[in-house]
Amino acid sequence: MKNNRIVREILNTSASTTVFAVLASFIVGGVLIAVANQDVQTAVGYFFNRPGDTFAALWNAVSGAYAAMFRGAIYNYNAHDFANGISPITDTLAFATPITLAGLGLAVAFRSGLFNIGANGQIIFGAMLSGWVAIYVQAPVYVLFPLAVLAGLVGGAIWGGLVGLLKATTGANEVIVTIMFNYIAVYLLGYLLKTPVLKAPQSINPVSLPVQNDAKFPLLFGSDYRLHAGFFVMLAAVAFVWWLLNRSTIGYQFRALGHNPDASKVAGINIGMTYILVMAISGALSGLAGASQILGTERVLTTGVAASYGIDAITVALLGRSKPLGVLAAGILFGALRAGAVTMQANQNVPSEIVLVVQSLIVLFIAAPPLVRAMFRLPKVVKA
Amino acid sequence: MKLELRGITKRFGAMVANDKVSLTVQPGEIHCLLGENGAGKSTLMNVLYGLYQADEGEILLDDEVQKFAGPGEAMAAGIGMVHQHFMLIPVFTVAENVILGHEPTKFGGVLDLKQARDKVRELSNRFGFDIDPDAIVGELPVGVQQRVEIIKALISDAKVLVFDEPTAVLTPQETDELMAIMKQLRQAGHAIVFITHKLREVKEVADRITVLRLGKVVGEAKPTDTAEQLASMMVGRAVDLDVNKGAPKLGKKAFVVEGLNAWNEAGTQVLFDVSLDVHEGEILVIAGVQGNGQTELTEVILGAHARTTGKVSLDDQDLLGKSIKQILDLGLGFVPEDRTQDGLVGEFTIAENLILDRSDRKPFAKGPSIQPKVVREFAQEKLKQYDIRAQSIDSTAKQLSGGNQQKVVLARELSRDLRLLVASQPTRGLDVGSIEFVHDQIIAARDSGIPVVIVATELDEATQLGDRIAVMYRGKIVGIVPADTPRTVLGQMMAGVA
Amino acid sequence: MRQSRKASITMLALAVFSFVLWAMAPATATTIKVATDSDIIKLPDFNVSPMLVSAISAIVMLGVALFVGWLAVKKNRKAPRWAIVLFGLAFVVQALVLLFSGKTMTISDLLRGSLVLAVPLIFGSMAGVLSERVGVVNIAIEGQLLAGAFTSALIASITHSLWLGLVGALIAGAAVSWILAVFSIKYVVDQIIVGVVLNVLVIGLTSFFFSTVMQANQSVFNSPPRFDSIAIPLLSQIPVLGPMLFTQTAIVYLMYVALAAVYFFMFKTRWGLRVRAVGEYPLAADTVGIKVYRTRYISVVIGGALAGLGGAAFTLGSVGAFGDKMTNGAGYIALAALIFGRWNPILAALAGLLFGFAQNLQYVLTAVGSPVPSELLLMLPYALTVVAVAGLVGKVTGPASAGKPYIKS
Repeated sequence: MKNNRIVREILNTSASTTVFAVLASFIVGGVLIAVANQDVQTAVGYFFNRPGDTFAALWNAVSGAYAAMFRGAIYNYNAHDFANGISPITDTLAFATPITLAGLGLAVAFRSGLFNIGANGQIIFGAMLSGWVAIYVQAPVYVLFPLAVLAGLVGGAIWGGLVGLLKATTGANEVIVTIMFNYIAVYLLGYLLKTPVLKAPQSINPVSLPVQNDAKFPLLFGSDYRLHAGFFVMLAAVAFVWWLLNRSTIGYQFRALGHNPDASKVAGINIGMTYILVMAISGALSGLAGASQILGTERVLTTGVAASYGIDAITVALLGRSKPLGVLAAGILFGALRAGAVTMQANQNVPSEIVLVVQSLIVLFIAAPPLVRAMFRLPKVVKA
Repeated sequence: MKLELRGITKRFGAMVANDKVSLTVQPGEIHCLLGENGAGKSTLMNVLYGLYQADEGEILLDDEVQKFAGPGEAMAAGIGMVHQHFMLIPVFTVAENVILGHEPTKFGGVLDLKQARDKVRELSNRFGFDIDPDAIVGELPVGVQQRVEIIKALISDAKVLVFDEPTAVLTPQETDELMAIMKQLRQAGHAIVFITHKLREVKEVADRITVLRLGKVVGEAKPTDTAEQLASMMVGRAVDLDVNKGAPKLGKKAFVVEGLNAWNEAGTQVLFDVSLDVHEGEILVIAGVQGNGQTELTEVILGAHARTTGKVSLDDQDLLGKSIKQILDLGLGFVPEDRTQDGLVGEFTIAENLILDRSDRKPFAKGPSIQPKVVREFAQEKLKQYDIRAQSIDSTAKQLSGGNQQKVVLARELSRDLRLLVASQPTRGLDVGSIEFVHDQIIAARDSGIPVVIVATELDEATQLGDRIAVMYRGKIVGIVPADTPRTVLGQMMAGVA
Repeated sequence: MRQSRKASITMLALAVFSFVLWAMAPATATTIKVATDSDIIKLPDFNVSPMLVSAISAIVMLGVALFVGWLAVKKNRKAPRWAIVLFGLAFVVQALVLLFSGKTMTISDLLRGSLVLAVPLIFGSMAGVLSERVGVVNIAIEGQLLAGAFTSALIASITHSLWLGLVGALIAGAAVSWILAVFSIKYVVDQIIVGVVLNVLVIGLTSFFFSTVMQANQSVFNSPPRFDSIAIPLLSQIPVLGPMLFTQTAIVYLMYVALAAVYFFMFKTRWGLRVRAVGEYPLAADTVGIKVYRTRYISVVIGGALAGLGGAAFTLGSVGAFGDKMTNGAGYIALAALIFGRWNPILAALAGLLFGFAQNLQYVLTAVGSPVPSELLLMLPYALTVVAVAGLVGKVTGPASAGKPYIKS
């Protein structure tokens, strides 16, 4: 019976939809790359004289871009040796670390029926608190490092928990509040980076001092690779969220709340406390993403510390259907897109924003399976 | 106008909701469509009204075949509907509601609300309704809202009127008034379809009766047939309409409410000086028309109401000010009025729903972790004990029929060590078989020495289940009377007359 | 009652804050300049004492807060709207006089810039009204604005026609909202998800083409003409308000027309009644023959078109050229204005004006060299929205079916 259930689940989630959605998004991305390419534009100008040029230019533009993406994200086959060749995949995992952490945070909230789109603000708060500890607190490494990581967790938990508190006590809609909190966090960080609280004393720019060496996440493969120990924190978080949602009593209550707050209340679950707890845990995971940014890759605080991971986290949580392993897979995919986009921009002059397009298209296509089926003329999935 | 339905069949996937149903209604006639919940009455009417398209069969008005692509076309053809769940927009005025869909306009689509108001006044006067066209519908009493719904059907000049379970929300007095209105409409030459499962009403107004069971017409009945005859046609087997219960064996006074006042979120007082007590082994029924404070009273007992004064105690322990969790721990079993909204998590499995109130307690939890094996064993046991019909304990609650959903709720609530059982309208929307099962469970709980409080809106259920009946009207207890009090007296109390 | 108590507690807290500000108020006077060059009657400049103004404001605020509290506790009544307005006004006046202490506050500068910054917000909030009143939550206002800004700049650059640029903006905004409509109505995807993702998509698309096409050939693809200000005779000479309202670009006048039209159609016509019915209770609308899906599509798409015009205000109405991610969260502020204005186009426009004022204040303060950090002022609309959603406005109830798909069986 159990085997049957697994088979049914695989059929129902229809992995094919996901694969085709990703494929379709890359195709659309390819079209955009081709349209924006100078050589293609030039060749189209004399299309009727020499149509072959147009097709050649099209092929060069698209294949060049995606090949560069592959070299930047998976394996650089142009590298001199294997050690350099595998560097891209470690880059991918380094990018995937904060994206997945924040995605897990949102997944916890989504499964609990709370539409937390405040990962951006929560990452910033995590990075701010973690960064402050890592820059200014004087302590031995075995105190400083855990304290800095913990500070990130706490920073995110506070910024997220505050939303839960507002919702629990005043009924404020969390979508609106998290959107507003994102902007408040950005401006607060901007403000603090201009004051002595965070600004590096000699700097005229809004930049902090670098974090102390003892507070950094250790690099896993030496200074030639960006991958750091935060990766393991991320893997632990995946396991933790799996346990939380599937095996823990509070996770059970989170999910009950997510599906039916009224019935949860009547069954004696403390709704207000649960809102706060959900948002605090959700924020804490994003806060860890912030810590991984500041202690793992960025090393100094700037207003750009959260990059676009707040948005990536939303799409990753949606793409992973808010399940921990799904989020991990989606996080690695988007990490690869990010890593590949860097190379693509440098080598082929294709702006990295193409990643945002591909990303959002993937989510849209997956959200609407009938659309994908229509595009690829797939038969309708028969539900058991 | 004569209405005729010929061989209507409507399928939803594999389920046949209507199977070759035929029906004729003459002008100046009230035709009752009698059947249990789920017999296919509402589906049939939605086909007539253009909300659903029939798979087979045809609709005829004055012997002409009609095709309705949507309700707009059905309305234009002269069909009006008084819906069970009012199709009114709460934030709109009466006039705005009544004209919606065929609005009178001045130049260029500008609403002519004056014309609408005049029309409402005119119809309102003709039937003696006394409705202010500028009142906001959501602020009107339910009985008045229904009259707005009737005006809405009449204003578009409907000749065929469908009343879908119209008395469910009314007081006995309002029900009588509605019956009078229906007779008045019959007099005026309307063809009326009256959908109901209440035998008393059928016998009062019906000219002809068609009985539906499991989507099929099982036959015609006469208004002169006895209630038992009608019921057994409806259910398909001999039915004993009485509840079998022995005399109560009263224990000590265990549950006491004294001078209870409560206010809702908006600050309006909803309970006024409510006092009652229930003995061990006794069923006290709170009777009344829906919306007279019963819901709030049960919420106060559960601990879900914030603003209260007075006293509520169980086994000499004060309940007011305690959290829901604490009160459940003191031994309250609670069957909410709306099981899909408040009783179950639809997306959860049966097994998960059965531990909704105890997910963090032993034996279902060990420390912070849930024990899936224990949960599943418990669910298997309850599935058998309560005869819950489902594929497995992994079926989700929303896949279950209403009766089986209620069994899941009962199984969960009765499996704790109870000191008090509170059940709100525990049989609402259930089929006769499930009603009997639920009643038996409640009586068994009483006989095991638990004080029981039942909220009932139907007089039959109140008199059958109750050992005593407390009647509520506008947040007050009008009186607490023995269960054999005559219906007319109870009806007057429910209407606040006595 | 709990709501109004909360309102009075929030007000009390702010009143106390006002007293603190009074205690810290500097002695240097604030000069207020009311007159502009075009005024018929010139009003003289005058000086006020921040201490005095603070005192008056603090006392007024305390009085209103106590009155609202008294209403809530004794009379069980909600705070009247005039009390909230008076309270807000007192606070704003105090804040302004303090911020400009020792400097000259030119009223017309403050107001005129406010309206310019508010134009996209007001267009955006109209898009929200049209969309949410019919039952579709519109988080994608940001995307609609950005698409409008990009397209209008591109088309106007290529065709050298402002009006074709506007048409392009209209179509671009409508296209984004059409996708929102298709996904939320036809594919029944969660409306918030679609909205958020659409914003990402539009940011991605515009940034991509900005970098590849516009920047590569700035003169051809990103040098649109701009609308000139047109002073309306007489009206523009009204003291104080005249220059703000009636010496503006065509886009602003278009906004007045659109605002009046949206209000009129929503509340006075058959079409509006149906739109609101569909947003409140689609099944009830369906049972009287209203086509729910069609009504939703039309209203959402028209809303998006208006937001597109708001996008054009960024480019053709002010800067001219398109800049990467130039809307910078205006769509979300428009959303906040919508909620602030309780889904009423006029009130939402006033809220948009308030937010525009806050943004403009930051520019004006920087210009006069005020020490108040710009970040804190930029934060203001967002913080105010949180306060409103949580405290003063309490539980704001939007259209009942907004966010819920209607599934016909």
